[in-house]
Amino acid sequence: MHFTLRIWRQSGPQAAGRLERYEIDDINPDMSILEMLDLLNEQLTRDGVEPVAFDNDCREGICGTCGLVIDGVAHGKKHLATTCELRMRGFVDGTTITIEPWRAQAFSVVKDLVVDRSPFDRIIAAGGYVSANVGSAPDANEILIPKVDADLAMDAAVCIGCAACVAACPNASASLFTAAKIAQFSYLPQGQTERERRVVRMVEQMDAEGFGDCSNHGECEAVCPKGISITNIGVMRREYVRALTGQLR
Amino acid sequence: MLDLRAAAWSSVGKKLITGLTGLGLVVFVTVHLIGNLTIFMGAEAFNAYSDFLASLLHGWFIVLADLGLVGFFGLHAWSGLSVWQSKRRARSSGYAVSADARGPSRKTASSRSMLYSGIFLGIYVVLHVWHLKFGAEYVTTLHGEEVRDLYRLVVEQFNRPAIALAYALSMLFLGLHLRHGVWSMLQSLGMLNRRLLPTAYGAALILGGLLAIGFLVLPLYVLFFVDPVGTAAAMGGLR
Ligand code: FES
Repeated sequence: MHFTLRIWRQSGPQAAGRLERYEIDDINPDMSILEMLDLLNEQLTRDGVEPVAFDNDCREGICGTCGLVIDGVAHGKKHLATTCELRMRGFVDGTTITIEPWRAQAFSVVKDLVVDRSPFDRIIAAGGYVSANVGSAPDANEILIPKVDADLAMDAAVCIGCAACVAACPNASASLFTAAKIAQFSYLPQGQTERERRVVRMVEQMDAEGFGDCSNHGECEAVCPKGISITNIGVMRREYVRALTGQLR
Repeated sequence: MLDLRAAAWSSVGKKLITGLTGLGLVVFVTVHLIGNLTIFMGAEAFNAYSDFLASLLHGWFIVLADLGLVGFFGLHAWSGLSVWQSKRRARSSGYAVSADARGPSRKTASSRSMLYSGIFLGIYVVLHVWHLKFGAEYVTTLHGEEVRDLYRLVVEQFNRPAIALAYALSMLFLGLHLRHGVWSMLQSLGMLNRRLLPTAYGAALILGGLLAIGFLVLPLYVLFFVDPVGTAAAMGGLR
């Protein structure tokens, strides 16, 4: 397969970036898009051009490290897939593919397609944890959790923190990520101690990082490789009301 | 740990305010439409309805309702504008290519244009209130009492094609705003789960559509089917 690639090149956070055009040949349809970028980088190195920087790690859709906006859609047009899970057979031979980094004021571009997602770490640090007794491991099934609650918690906990939700949101809001992290704990007996504090602090941190507000467009759910539902954002809002009304008591 | 002021300014607080005021405004618009349908029953029914509202609680009902509406419109506009402002800051540089993700996305022309349809409706509401509420004060008698002949004013105004059409067209913006607004306010208030969300999304289309069509039909009905000027009032009543 042959492709024309338009890739965002930016030498550093302060530098001005631009889209560069590259031609690439002999692409095996079963390659992933990241493997295609590996080939491109080999080609660029041979030509004495600086290779394209992009984030990746597991390359099997579980770590959340990769993330590119491909032809205007975060993680590409294929639903329920990370960037590393995209195969070249899903693209039309001979076409042009535009690749850009996640764009949000809160995520600065480190280099080329790599962005700094540490705002997510700070949101987690603000409240995405539970208090636990130290000591020997507790007995399995000591704490009973209804199946429905366990499932709802898992549906939120599948978030891999890739930040596609922010990239896809017209407002660059981090609501789906933050909500998933809040919702997963709200269903479980562990973490009830911090329940009210958690939602207030995580929302506060999310706002402080400069993410936009949510307009309920739902683009986040559509690009989420794990299919996390925007109803979790509803859970976050309920938790917020709960914290507020608890305050009045 | 959380004072109410900070909470109201937070991104979630703003959604709660947008949702609550939106809910209030949708209820208002629904009641307003149902009330206005009395126009199909003729001058007497319409004037009786308007007089009923005007004299409720010795006239205080209208004052309270007006104050409430100004507050709701104001808060709704403020929170909506601040969402738009936050978006401009948060996505200061955009994508060279952008496309819709489709699938479960609820992004539509309606959701993208909330700011513009909202601003349009804001201007419309001011003009509408000035035009009819503060319009000419005709008087008629109803069951031996002097009441405002609002029917005559409405019929007179809507018999001018430009005005009737402007009203009708404005209601398209109402429909556009409510298509996203109605389900979105429930989501903003955290009232939807996975089962309810698709239902609410569908119901928003129906309710938004019904309200817009209802209001759209009123001026056109008067324009095409009701004779100009309170012929009724001027000639001593329809019946
Ligand atoms: S590299 Fe781990 S999810 Fe893509």
